[in-house]
Amino acid sequence: MDSMIIMMIIGMGLVTYLPRMIPLVALSQLKLPLFVQNVLKNVPYATLGALIVPGIFFISDDLVFGIIGAVAATLIAFTGANVIVVVMGSIGTLVLYSMFFT
Amino acid sequence: MSSTTTLVKKQSSFLQGLQSGISIAIGYLPVALTFGLLSKSTGLSLSETFLMSLIVYAGASQYISLSLLSVGTGIIEIILTTFIVNIRHFLMSASLSEKVEKNDSLWKKALYSFGLTDETFTVASTKEGTVNAGYLFGLMLISYASWVINSGIGYVIGASLPTTVQESMSIALYAMFIGLLIPTLKKHRKVMFLAVAAAILNSIFYASQMFSTGWSIVLSTLISAIIVELFYMKYTSGVETNG
Repeated sequence: MDSMIIMMIIGMGLVTYLPRMIPLVALSQLKLPLFVQNVLKNVPYATLGALIVPGIFFISDDLVFGIIGAVAATLIAFTGANVIVVVMGSIGTLVLYSMFFT
Repeated sequence: MSSTTTLVKKQSSFLQGLQSGISIAIGYLPVALTFGLLSKSTGLSLSETFLMSLIVYAGASQYISLSLLSVGTGIIEIILTTFIVNIRHFLMSASLSEKVEKNDSLWKKALYSFGLTDETFTVASTKEGTVNAGYLFGLMLISYASWVINSGIGYVIGASLPTTVQESMSIALYAMFIGLLIPTLKKHRKVMFLAVAAAILNSIFYASQMFSTGWSIVLSTLISAIIVELFYMKYTSGVETNG
């Protein structure tokens, strides 16, 4: 193995691990102000919004593809189906779409 | 589930974690296969590819490092770029600290925080109640295994999935995010405000190309989380805030 590559990997590993680890380890000992606690509890749902949009529309060069995927996932999720069903159902919908319409 | 004893619950939280991670494992499959493939064409060896997925375990940064390597970028720059891409995890890690069991030992926290990704974070934090170490280990193990193993498979096979399957599977992680969001969004209006605000902000940042993707996610998340909280403080309790 190339030692430069190994050094790069170790460096990348460190700068990836530290942001993941430091707040969790440091903050869990502290009692944060209520407002900060509430903001942190809001973070997952805001993150979901930002992770989905606009990324989902660019999974393929064909914008329609992303739109169909998004609609399928949303409809299936609204029925109250388990996450795995939402995932498989969306993949299935897109497989069908690409078999018949592209 | 309803009639299980505490003991069984404790034992099965690892299994429950594994089960919650199945969607992530499926979602990582096409991304990791492609990473392995690209890594080979960039000229990395199989062991270097494995090592990167084992040690770094961050999809976006690993992809970026390959494209930077192929244009001859120095390793310091690659490491800095990785750091910037991963800064969003500071925020997720801070948020997860409010969700995990406070009395988990420090080494456990240091260990399971290694497995924190966009996907494991969202799955763990949208689960009801707190999450214990067993659940987190299960969730993170199956996701990590999928990432590492499929990176290797992608390298060895040297081909990705058929385009149709590959493209269709690229919906998986997004579908999972939607599947996590919708049930909570139906129950709590606040969740809808948070997600919609962050989605709009992130789209604006994306369109304006003001920030890189990583920063864009951090800023849109943080701004939405703060604004919605201020709004709720003002209108649900009548307390004036000076934020």
